[in-house]
Amino acid sequence: MTDATQTHAPGTHPDLPPPLGNRGAIKWMRENLFSSPTNTVLTLLGIYLIYLAIPPFLDWFILNAVFDAGSRAECWERASGACWSVVIVRFDQLVYGFYPVELRWRVDLSAVLLAVALVPILFDKAPYRRGWFVFSLIYPVIAFFLLWGGLGLEPVESAKFGGIMLTVLIGVTGIVASLPLGIVLALGRRSELLVLKVISICFIEFIRGVPLITLLFVASTLLNYFLPPGTYFDLLLRVLIMVTLFSAAYIAEVVRGGLQAIPRGQFEAAMAMGLSYWKMMGLVVLPQALKISIPGIVNTFIGLYKDTTLVVIIGLLDPLGLSQSILADSKWQGLSTELYIFIAIFFFISCFSMSRYSIYLENKLHTGHKR
Amino acid sequence: MKVLSGFIAAAAVVGVAATASASTLDDIKAKGFLQCGVSTGVAGFAFTDDKGNWQGFDPAVCQAVAAAIFGDKSKVKYTPTTGKTRFEALKSGEIDMLARNTTWTLSRDADLKLTFVGVNYYDGQGFMVPKSLGVKSAKELDGASVCIQTGTTTELNLADYFRTNNMKYEPVAIETNAEGRTNYLAGRCDVYTTDASGLAATRATFENPNDHVLLPEIISKEPLGPLVRHGDDQWGDIVRWTLNVLISAEELGVTAANADDMAKNAKNPEIKRMLGTEGKFGPMLGLRQDWGLMAVKAGGNYGEIFERFIGAKTPIGLERGLNAQWVNGGLIYSPPVR
Repeated sequence: MTDATQTHAPGTHPDLPPPLGNRGAIKWMRENLFSSPTNTVLTLLGIYLIYLAIPPFLDWFILNAVFDAGSRAECWERASGACWSVVIVRFDQLVYGFYPVELRWRVDLSAVLLAVALVPILFDKAPYRRGWFVFSLIYPVIAFFLLWGGLGLEPVESAKFGGIMLTVLIGVTGIVASLPLGIVLALGRRSELLVLKVISICFIEFIRGVPLITLLFVASTLLNYFLPPGTYFDLLLRVLIMVTLFSAAYIAEVVRGGLQAIPRGQFEAAMAMGLSYWKMMGLVVLPQALKISIPGIVNTFIGLYKDTTLVVIIGLLDPLGLSQSILADSKWQGLSTELYIFIAIFFFISCFSMSRYSIYLENKLHTGHKR
Repeated sequence: MKVLSGFIAAAAVVGVAATASASTLDDIKAKGFLQCGVSTGVAGFAFTDDKGNWQGFDPAVCQAVAAAIFGDKSKVKYTPTTGKTRFEALKSGEIDMLARNTTWTLSRDADLKLTFVGVNYYDGQGFMVPKSLGVKSAKELDGASVCIQTGTTTELNLADYFRTNNMKYEPVAIETNAEGRTNYLAGRCDVYTTDASGLAATRATFENPNDHVLLPEIISKEPLGPLVRHGDDQWGDIVRWTLNVLISAEELGVTAANADDMAKNAKNPEIKRMLGTEGKFGPMLGLRQDWGLMAVKAGGNYGEIFERFIGAKTPIGLERGLNAQWVNGGLIYSPPVR
C-alpha cells in the first residue's frame, strides 16, 4: 500500500473524505429514497408513475402543441397536442375584454401606475416613501379617469371592460378599499359607543349572512327598480361597491380576532401614557393586532380575488366568462382545456404572489409572537 | 320613519317618471344605439369573434333591428345576460330587446309580462347515436342506455317518449354537457339526448363528427325567439316585423346581395312593399321608409343568417328541418307586409 510510505506527523493527517457510498447524492438517495425495502419499492413506483405521466403531458403541452393555427380544425389536422392558438389569437380579448383597441394603452398605463402606487404601500424601505405615498393616495382617481375616460379622455363605458383587466380591477379595488373599512368596522364593533357598536354588528352580520352571489344579484337587478328607467348607474360600480362591502365584513372579523389577542395591559399602558383613543389604536394596538391578523387578512383577500369570477353569473365577462363566449365560436369550439389552463396559470400567479408577500411581511414583522 | 316616507316619495316620483318617459323607439333614437341582450356564449347562436365583436344567429337579429331603425347595423350595444339575469335586465329597461335563445312559454308571456315577437329557431330535444350502431330512428332505441342530464325537463321528456312508445331504456345520469360529451365518447351510453342544437354543437367538437348521427325525431317543443317587455306595442311591432321581413325576404328570394336591385326592379309588389319602394309601411311602424331594405342588407335574409352561423356548412352543422320555410315543409312563416 502506498499509504504506508506517506509521512504525517501524528495528529496532522488531513481528514479524508467519507467513502463514496456515504456522501453526496448517493448518501442522500440511500437515506431518503432507498432506506428500507418499502421505501425502495415506493421510490421505484414513483419513478414509474412519473415516467408514465410526464412524457405524454410534455407531448400534449409543448412538443405536439400547435401555436399558430387559425382554427381548431387546423390545429387538429396538424398535431395531436394542445391547441394554444386559441389562447394566442384571443389573448388581447382575454386581457382587455371589449375595451376599444386604440385606447388599450390607457389600461396598460393604469396597470403600470398601479404597480408604482403599490410599491410604497407594500415595501417600507422604498425611497421618498412619504411623497410617493401621496401618489398612491390619488392613484384611484387617476385610474378612474384613465379607465372610464373624462377630463378630455374619450369616455369608455364599463360594459366594455372584461377579461383579466376586470378581474384585477374588481380584485384590487375590493382588497384596497375593504381593508380600511374593515378595520373601522372592527373598531366599531368593539367600541363602547352603543350606536356605533350596533351599526357595526348589524352591518357585519347582515353581510356575512348573505352569499356574495346574492349581493351581486341585488347589484345587477334589484337596484334597477329603485332607479328611474333611463338613468344608468354603472353596473360595474355597483359590483365594486358590493364586493368591497362583502370583503370588509370579513376583514372586520379577522381584525377583531387580532384585537382580541392584544392583552389588556397594552391598552392600559397606552392610556396611562395619556394617549388619545386614536393614538392608542394607531400607535400601540393596531400595529400589533394587524401583524397577528396577516394570515387571516391575506386568506380573505385571496378568497375575494378568486370570488371575482362569480361576476360571470350577472353577465360581466371576466376571463372565465369570456372563455364561454370564445368557445361558442365554431372556429374554436371544444378547446376548453387550453383556455382553462391559461386562466388557472393567471390565477395561480396572482394568488401565489399574494401568499408569498404575506410570508415576507410576517418574517419582517416577527418581533415577539413568532415561534 | 321620515327616511322611509322620503324613500316612498322618491319611489313614487320614479314611478311617475317611468310612465311619463317617451316610447322605447324614441329613447333608442335619442341615445343613438340599440341595447340588445344576448347570451354569454352558445355555440353558433352568440359568440365573440377573433376581433372581440358579438356574432351569431341571435346578435344578427339585433343587427337587423338596428339597421331598420338607424340604417346602420353597427349601432347595437350588447349586454351579455345569463339565464338568471336576462328577464330582469329586460323588465328593468337595462336592455331594449332580448335575443338569447329563450323558449316561448305561457308563463313567460303572461306572468313575467314579456312579449315574444316571433320564433327564429324551433328547437327540441333530440338524440345522437354513433353511426356504427346502425340506428336510423329513435323508435329503434328499445333497451338502449341513454346519457341524460338529471333534474331537467329533458329527463321527463325522455321518460314520456319511451313510455308512449312502449320501450325501455337505461338512464346514465350526468350533470353537465361536458360530462355528457365525455361519457358518450367513452361509450358509457349508446345515446346522448339534449336539445337538438346542443347535440349538433357538441358533435361539432368531436374529432370525427361524421361517425355520429342525430336521429330525425324531436320529442319536445322549444320555440326560441326574440322578446321585448309588455307596455310598448309599437316597439314590439318593430322587432316583430323586422324578424318577419328577414323571413319573407328568404321566401321571396331577396338576399343581402340583390336587395338593392330587387327594391328597384322587382316585379312582385310584396317585395317592393317590404323593401320600401311602395307604400308607407316603414313610417307606419315609426321607422324610415327603407327599413326593410336595411334590415335585409344588415346580415342577409333569414336563410343566409342561418347558413352563416349554424347551417349545414358550418361546424355546427344544423339542418333546416323545422326551420325551413313553410313552402319547403318547415314552420318558418311570415305574415304578409301590406
